[in-house]
Amino acid sequence: MEERKWEEMTPEQRREALFEAWLSPQGIEFAGPDAEKAYRERVTRIKDAIELKKPDRVPVFPVIGFFPAFYAGMTAQDVMYDYEKLISAYKKYTLDFEPDAHGGAFNPSPGRIFEILDYQLYIWPGHGVSPNHSYQCLEEEYMRADEYDDLIRDPSNYFMSTYLPRVFKALEPLQKIPPLTGILEMYSAFSAVNFIPFGMPDVQEALQALMEAGNEAVKWIGYVGTHDKEVTAAGFPAFFGGGTKAPFDIIGDTLRGTRGMMMDIFRRPEKILEAVEALTPIAIKMGATAARNNGNPIVFMPLHKGADGFMSDEQFRRLYWPSLKEVMLGLVEQGCVPFLYAEGGYNSRLEVIKEFPAGKVLWGFDQTDMSKVKENLGGVACVGGNMPIDLLSVGKAEQVREYAKKLIETVGGDGGYIMMSGAVIDEAKPENVKAMIEATKEYGVY
Amino acid sequence: MGDDLVKALVDLDEDKVRDVVKSRLEAGDDPLGIMDDARKAMEVVGDRFAEGEYFIPELVFAGEILKDMTTAVKPYLNKASEQKYMGKVVLGTVAGDIHDIGKDIVGFMLDVNGFEVHDLGVDVPPRKFVEKVQETESPILALSGFLTLAYDSMKETVEALADAGLRDKVKVMIGGGQISDEIRAYTGADEFGKDAMAGVALAKKFIAAE
Ligand code: B12
Repeated sequence: MEERKWEEMTPEQRREALFEAWLSPQGIEFAGPDAEKAYRERVTRIKDAIELKKPDRVPVFPVIGFFPAFYAGMTAQDVMYDYEKLISAYKKYTLDFEPDAHGGAFNPSPGRIFEILDYQLYIWPGHGVSPNHSYQCLEEEYMRADEYDDLIRDPSNYFMSTYLPRVFKALEPLQKIPPLTGILEMYSAFSAVNFIPFGMPDVQEALQALMEAGNEAVKWIGYVGTHDKEVTAAGFPAFFGGGTKAPFDIIGDTLRGTRGMMMDIFRRPEKILEAVEALTPIAIKMGATAARNNGNPIVFMPLHKGADGFMSDEQFRRLYWPSLKEVMLGLVEQGCVPFLYAEGGYNSRLEVIKEFPAGKVLWGFDQTDMSKVKENLGGVACVGGNMPIDLLSVGKAEQVREYAKKLIETVGGDGGYIMMSGAVIDEAKPENVKAMIEATKEYGVY
Repeated sequence: MGDDLVKALVDLDEDKVRDVVKSRLEAGDDPLGIMDDARKAMEVVGDRFAEGEYFIPELVFAGEILKDMTTAVKPYLNKASEQKYMGKVVLGTVAGDIHDIGKDIVGFMLDVNGFEVHDLGVDVPPRKFVEKVQETESPILALSGFLTLAYDSMKETVEALADAGLRDKVKVMIGGGQISDEIRAYTGADEFGKDAMAGVALAKKFIAAE
């Protein structure tokens, strides 16, 4: 779509255009007429559920982490370093389990990139974590309490000159790079002086590392792109076109950290409010751009620090929800469907989140009471989730089937429900994941 | 004056706590009395948490204020105060998992509620838990974990305890975001607690049953 035309379109038209792009993926040669038909049926099923219409049956989408690697007998390290293995495992999962959509092969990030850049924020398989386990975040105050104003004034510059040099050791010299907004005219003080840091050996080394990381990323995306093409050709749509985060979580997760953010709630709440405001347009753009580039309206948003217990109702309404809602509305305006993945419990938030235009978003829940969800969000938003990760991990297939049946009875209603796992699936019994999918196909027919 | 401090800490009024502590210390007040007030206040904070009036941020912030307070009072304590504990707890995040926020809150609440907490940190192998239980003769083992990989680590830790012949001497409680009664059964632990105050209640129950 040309930019001009997009600007003139209504949000409804944009959304239809994105759904249409999803329904008819470009450059895909389907494996056969059956695969193409199945593909269109799957997308339509999900679209109908989101728009609160009655699909032919409940769609099913297990939210997958490292599960395909373990299922294929590989380690987490294998799929983070060997791209052949990565795509063969993820493809095998989709073809063997036949969910209504796949989540791409994005979960296991390419380890080499993070080695090249010497990432401090995480440890990962073979690099601080056992080869068999998922990567994990190291909580620190990577952004200091007195740096809010720097972030608020110019988020991009703050990231480039302060935050990224801290979390990527190889990028430390980038601290020397001045704001690029200073490059204005030929007059040297408005241009030439700004290039001096780029001539310094340590800065050049950092840039070299970035180029190397770039080369690796290009190599990796080639494989991941092939994976997507192949599973699409086999009839399986990708569930989302992009991702973004709640502004409060952007700060609370990896800038200030859980503890730092919790102090800020008391010590500098006004700075939190200014910062989430500064990050809101950035968060919208991040999700909307990816959705358009990938021709798929669904934008994944994992929600973290606003869950039950993580703050009071008053704090949620004041500090967390307003900017999140603005991001959601901004995405809708761009034709997107925000997919809020509410991790933990959201029981105390249902009253607040139901204040939203109907049929525009998708909520995925983990430990939230689904009958309360139905009560509050019925007729407002498509919902999903709540298939418990503990059951998928240690339960029996029969229990999973029972749970799926009960979920469909409770929230399946007349549409507007998608079967999803409450949490990301890493370690789980294959027969349980299978039971979740098959039980939905059996009991979920409308 | 004691009421002032208790109230300021319960209300999380950081500046007020600092001022009251400073003026009480300058007035020659008994530092142990000050710490005792802090303990009383933390009990109220814990109750408010259990009643759903306070949440994790309030616990974390109260802990922070308490930490600063302790630093201010310390130089005035001439000898290490003889604290009487209700019982011992060995605590840690299980092997493979490095999350410490939930564990730290549990440890902190156990501590302010009168337990002697031996915190082994994160990514703790079963053997280390067993050794610490043997060394301290602690009757309670508290395991934290929040990724699904922790299920097996918890199970292995409980098994290691049994292998060392300690299973009937030690009560095991587990907790973390994705821990449930299903997982308690799977791991062979005695109880699971859904939050830090549940952990305190369980520890008290274990001690009472001894
Ligand atoms: C914040 C968060 C993050 C943050 C920060 C992580 C960090 N180091 O803090 C970020 C964004 C970086 C992140 C990253 C990831 N995360 Co994360 N994350 C969460 C989230 C939302 C909250 C965790 C948290 O901070 N809890 C705060 C503490 C205070 O709570 P707690 O640990 O549960 O402790 C309380 C109680 O449980 C209890 N308790 C704790 N221990 C004990 C012990 C005893 C004895 C007792 C009685 C009680 C008790 O008391 C505590 C206080 O009341 C959870 C979902 C959730 N709501 O649990 C997902 C979650 C843990 N993450 C998950 C995943 C998958 C990931 C990623 C792999 C995602 C990805 N693909 O990138 C990465 C990497 C893994 C990691 N966690 O590092 C999954 C794990 C699923 C699984 N199969 O294991 C979860 C469950 C989300 C989900 N629904 O899928 N994550």
